[in-house]
Amino acid sequence: MAATSDDQPASFADNVKNALFWTAIAFGLFILLIGLKTDQQANSIVLEPRPMLLFGVLASVFIATLAGNMLISQRTSARLKPSSVAAGPSWLSRVEPVLKPFLLAFVLVFPFVSIALAGWQGSIKWIDNFGIQILIYVMLGWGLNVVVGLAGLLDLGYVAFYAVGAYSYALLATKFGLSFWILLPVAGILAAFWGIILGFPVLRLRGDYLAVVTLAFGEIIRLVLINWVDFSNGYAGISSIPRPTLFGIPFTSGDDGFAARFGLEPSGLYYKIFLFYLILFLALITAWVTTKLRRLPIGRAWEALREDEIACRALGINTTTTKLTAFAIGAMFGGFGGSFFAARQGFISPESFTFIESAQILAIVVLGGAGSLYGVVIAAVGIVGGFEILRELDFLKAVFGNDFDPAQYRALIFGLSMVVIMLWKPRGLVSSREPSVALKERKAISTDLVKEGHG
Amino acid sequence: MSLVSSPLLTVEHMTMRFGGLVAINDLSFVVNSGEITALIGPNGAGKTTVFNCITGFYKPTVGRLALRLGNGDFDGLVDEATAGADAVAGNADAMLYLLERMPDYEITQKARIARTFQNIRLFSGMTVLENLLVAQHNALNAASLYTFGGLFGIPSFKVAEKESIEKAKYWLERTGLIDRADDPAGDLSYGAQRRLEIARAMCTNPVLLCLDEPAAGLNPKESAELNALIRSIRDQHECSVMLIEHDMSVVMEISDHVVVLDYGTKIADGTPDEIKADPRVIAAYLGVADEEVDEVEAEVGL
Repeated sequence: MAATSDDQPASFADNVKNALFWTAIAFGLFILLIGLKTDQQANSIVLEPRPMLLFGVLASVFIATLAGNMLISQRTSARLKPSSVAAGPSWLSRVEPVLKPFLLAFVLVFPFVSIALAGWQGSIKWIDNFGIQILIYVMLGWGLNVVVGLAGLLDLGYVAFYAVGAYSYALLATKFGLSFWILLPVAGILAAFWGIILGFPVLRLRGDYLAVVTLAFGEIIRLVLINWVDFSNGYAGISSIPRPTLFGIPFTSGDDGFAARFGLEPSGLYYKIFLFYLILFLALITAWVTTKLRRLPIGRAWEALREDEIACRALGINTTTTKLTAFAIGAMFGGFGGSFFAARQGFISPESFTFIESAQILAIVVLGGAGSLYGVVIAAVGIVGGFEILRELDFLKAVFGNDFDPAQYRALIFGLSMVVIMLWKPRGLVSSREPSVALKERKAISTDLVKEGHG
Repeated sequence: MSLVSSPLLTVEHMTMRFGGLVAINDLSFVVNSGEITALIGPNGAGKTTVFNCITGFYKPTVGRLALRLGNGDFDGLVDEATAGADAVAGNADAMLYLLERMPDYEITQKARIARTFQNIRLFSGMTVLENLLVAQHNALNAASLYTFGGLFGIPSFKVAEKESIEKAKYWLERTGLIDRADDPAGDLSYGAQRRLEIARAMCTNPVLLCLDEPAAGLNPKESAELNALIRSIRDQHECSVMLIEHDMSVVMEISDHVVVLDYGTKIADGTPDEIKADPRVIAAYLGVADEEVDEVEAEVGL
């Protein structure tokens, strides 16, 4: 075997032994749970042995453990070898000039490509479920990136700001009839305000403690929305939230609607395309602002805060305001995203703002590589797009039978892919840091040196 | 130099208690401007605690730390500031800061005291140049109109950024790190990291630079270069230096003034030659033979 060379930290035989050990444990666990099945026949219960299923489970446990072990020992041996620090510009900065216009062009023509490929009706699904949904999460990921990736403050309650944005728009639009374009900045400002409100009590907290308090904050906002029925209508939520208009042209089927104005066939698709470009615009603003901020003093102060807070204070940086601006700006983009979400859905309820949303946004940031713009896009496409793709895999029914619904396995696949990515790339898909300024050339900084922040 | 021997920082009756432990006991000393003041003492004497009090990381339990900025007339300012509620008194020519009333970041920002750390604290994942730009954060942030102007690339911010890069380049050249400007700080060798930390502190434009064991872990050649660097900081940049150091070759060679601490108490204060001859210092550092204890104690007045 090639793997049994001496410099390997764990030999192939060790790995096999370890895998056999876990298989034995799995056997003990599953022999009754999976190996036997009780069937009710008339008046009696009969035991039906299922050896093949048990064998299948054990075999997969063995293979998965072995593969995991091999991967880990390969990584450790790679780490033992003298590592060369990435010199010269990173691969990302080399491909970026080509990648950026290509990606931009792709998203700009995406609605028309999907109409051309999937037809007038079929494309709604692609524009709405894929395009808009992914872009919302890309935007939220970029917003959270400011807090988690740059400032190194672990925020588990990001969805609270999304909720503040959504309810700001929903309430102000339904009660006072204000337009989306006025309320969009208002929602952002209100969310930023709540970001500062959250920021104050957690200024002195670090690491796990910070994460727990932000988690609690997210839950508090949700519970207030549920229980303060007079204000938010509780579980029933807020419905018939007005749709945004295109410079005053509504997307309705009436005479003054978009289709009628431009002499087009009435269709719901125009509205979806409009929403697609709207969220694309918002996401691009987020990207523009966050890249710009990274190169400004405030962005550098955020990263310095992530690296070493005490050194920051010794250099005269007010860490209080620096942390608060990170929370506020991250929250502001969450608020923009939230008001878009409310406008798109037309109905919101506290159910949309559960912890799992925060977890998903955080997973996108962490998997993509904290601090990285492109990593977040890749992770959002993978996670959000992946979930939607599962619904489309009807052909699997031919393989696994008609009862098989791939969408039910999303949590399993999500978890597995997360474990695999974290084994393979512990610091996310794009795990190098791009310097914000350079004298001669920008060299990518390996994440071995970059700290993750501690609260 | 006209500034010589005018007091820059006066520490009066400073006591720092951690619970029942008295880390510093009624310490008073003066740091003169234009001088290199060394703070020495055996391990655990409380030297770093003194630094932490001066730079605001600790608030002293008792005591007054007054820093004088400017060449004007400071008569009565200390009493005026102490009587008032603010940390600052005086005018543009003569500003007096009471450090014990200021948060740490304002001590660097306004009273212009910079420091380095015993265990180097660089932003290891940021480049050498970025480290030096972070040190100029306050000036740059104001030039970017607190981000709003910088976001839209106002010209005055671009000018300020260029100036700060020039300043960073100057200090990189002074510390011999100019070729490493675009490398991550964590990749530098130990000696280079120490120099970078000094360069970073100097980028905050200090009047008093506090160095916590700058020569620790340096070889003799690097130590000699460090001496030259510290001297040039004093002579060319109107910056006084305070340093904690165990390497006596550094201390005796470059200091103008030495303060010796033992168990939180000042046991000597004077020129390097006076300190070398002081029996209390010798006793604290080397100890004395059992039979001589009484004699020495009588001599030093214990």
